[in-house]
Amino acid sequence: MTAPRFTSLTARAVVLDAADVDTDQIIPARFLKTTTKDDLAGALFADWRGRPGFPLDDPGNAGAQVLIAGPNFGCGSSREHAAWALTAWGFRAVIAPGFADIFRGNALGQGLVPAAIPVDDHARLMAAVGRDPALPVTVDLDAQEVRWMCGGGAADGVCRAAFTVDPFARRCLLDGVDELGFLLGMDRAIAAHEADADEARHPSGGAR
Amino acid sequence: MTTAAGAAPRTLFDKIWAQHVVAEVPDGPSVLYVDLHLVHEVTSPQAFAELAARGVPVRRPDRTFAVMDHSIPTVKNPLAAADPSAAAQLRQLAANCEAHGITLWGAGDPRQGIVHVVGPEQGLTRPGMTIVCGDSHTATHGAFGALAFGIGTSQVGHVLATQCLLQRRPRTLAVEIEGGPGGALPAGVTAKDVILAVIARLGAGGGTGYVIEYRGSAVRALDMEARMTLCNMSIEAGARAGLVAPDDTTFDYLAGRAYAPTGTAFDRAVARWRTLATDDGAAFDHVIRLDAAALAPMVTWGTTPAQACAVDGAVPRPEDAGGDDAAAAARSLAYMRLEAGRPIAGQPVDVVFIGSCTNSRLGDLRAAARVLTGRKVAAGVRALVVPGSHEVKRAAEAEGLDRVFRDAGAEWREPGCSMCIAMNGDQIGPGQLAVSTSNRNFEGRQGKGGRTVLASPYTAAASAVAGTIADPRPYLEARP
Ligand code: SF4
Repeated sequence: MTAPRFTSLTARAVVLDAADVDTDQIIPARFLKTTTKDDLAGALFADWRGRPGFPLDDPGNAGAQVLIAGPNFGCGSSREHAAWALTAWGFRAVIAPGFADIFRGNALGQGLVPAAIPVDDHARLMAAVGRDPALPVTVDLDAQEVRWMCGGGAADGVCRAAFTVDPFARRCLLDGVDELGFLLGMDRAIAAHEADADEARHPSGGAR
Repeated sequence: MTTAAGAAPRTLFDKIWAQHVVAEVPDGPSVLYVDLHLVHEVTSPQAFAELAARGVPVRRPDRTFAVMDHSIPTVKNPLAAADPSAAAQLRQLAANCEAHGITLWGAGDPRQGIVHVVGPEQGLTRPGMTIVCGDSHTATHGAFGALAFGIGTSQVGHVLATQCLLQRRPRTLAVEIEGGPGGALPAGVTAKDVILAVIARLGAGGGTGYVIEYRGSAVRALDMEARMTLCNMSIEAGARAGLVAPDDTTFDYLAGRAYAPTGTAFDRAVARWRTLATDDGAAFDHVIRLDAAALAPMVTWGTTPAQACAVDGAVPRPEDAGGDDAAAAARSLAYMRLEAGRPIAGQPVDVVFIGSCTNSRLGDLRAAARVLTGRKVAAGVRALVVPGSHEVKRAAEAEGLDRVFRDAGAEWREPGCSMCIAMNGDQIGPGQLAVSTSNRNFEGRQGKGGRTVLASPYTAAASAVAGTIADPRPYLEARP
């Protein structure tokens, strides 16, 4: 099990201009009857495919690795299948003004960076990609910064938007640390806690 | 609660959190111990596969309990009726539980049912515990004063292997809900209506990063089933968990349950549970207040649970929401095919679903039966009643509720998640409108192209009779 790694990525972006994109849209429940993580790319946004103008249907967007979406992306279910389907399609980062909690954690564990940037920057980035769909967008986890060429504004022509991710999750992705391996290494502390734990906290209710 | 002299006042959440921290990672998350891990067929197979690939055992099978609920058909002999991929998933869960010595309440077991219904009714869910499940509605268990939240499949693997999780400490949000005298809710208004009003206030992402504690006279007056309904939908405001402080209502519910402590062990446990309530003067990061005495029954009009209004009100005008919310509201209304400014009541209904971990307990079925007794489901409406567990089903049948539903023309099914998530064959058709007691009205949640209106069991049952979205209050007058 190699842990996912992520330092920085520069790639083409797809804009999905919708708020509260929930996990039932990212991957409808009927695709959850699987026991593996395989073959989920086709399930991504399955019920939005074929709608006029749906951006993932545009062949020009093949190869995009960055998804730009509206606020509260990934709300709803805890299904990690949402993160699996996004990575299976080829996404390595999602940029939005905000993410749902469980989705953010699930994504980080898969090496899919949830970059929450301020609303103004988000609007500028959407406009820039709207003008030039081939515009390369950089998601730099090391610097915790999204960058794109925006001509005016900044002196060097580069627009920047800061984001932060959980420092521990960031270290894990930069260094390729595997969270389960890390937890397994805590065995002694866990055993000590178990020795102290109140019997009333055991599911058998102390009736053991 | 008053505190010992000198101790800083703490919230219920603070106390549970402190008791479960195994270690702190410098500049990082806490390693949090999990007392109870609930597992179901949909979000666990890849986690078990991860353990197998690493050659790691399940650390505490005695703290792990599994059920079949999400993809199980709600008919007799569900395994025979399941489609091949669902059947394979159900078999996989059975094999994984067998291999690791995990208790499984599967198809045919008298304890089988929806994971968030079964845990409490078996007495597994108790105050002061940490409880996780690969399911976002795990917040339900917070009704007992347990810190309970949903996790992804990788984390299911972490808990199977280590009984621990890496968790950042969330912030705390107090939701103070005041009722009328004695905390009473207005006639026809239930915990479901209260939580829809809370979510409408907070917004679909307004609780993100918080653990909610529900407080106030209206909460104290709710029975345990209603408190579960309240906590269940915390996630629909983005909150990880919802909590209610344990009290005599909680202890009375737990006494005598299969896994609850007995005798002097129960008394010791109660004494300990009483210390968990939030201390007087403890600070929350944020507080909101809701006057429940002024509420009417609520229904959703859009495609997030936050898009809700009073059932006797009008579909809101997007322009009143302002800014981005206006655009989102307009999109939701277009999908729902509802017209702004028109009364929401009277909209034709195709399907009524009474079930799900939000509203499938005995009290919910009694509420639906109160409306349906001596009445008929309107022609052309399909009504499905799906008890949350076999225990609920037996109790309902013992008091004749199944007859009430059947006589009214509703289907009385076997337990499972059913039309809440539409994975098991129970679903609505494209364009159909369902009034549903479940918790999500996302586009296509109950079937591709389907339109969902969330409501209480009263409102759902009244809508079944009327054949349109209906205010339940006239149906409840002159009823016992
Ligand atoms: S009833 Fe619905 S919300 Fe509850 S656990 Fe099942 S699928 Fe999830």
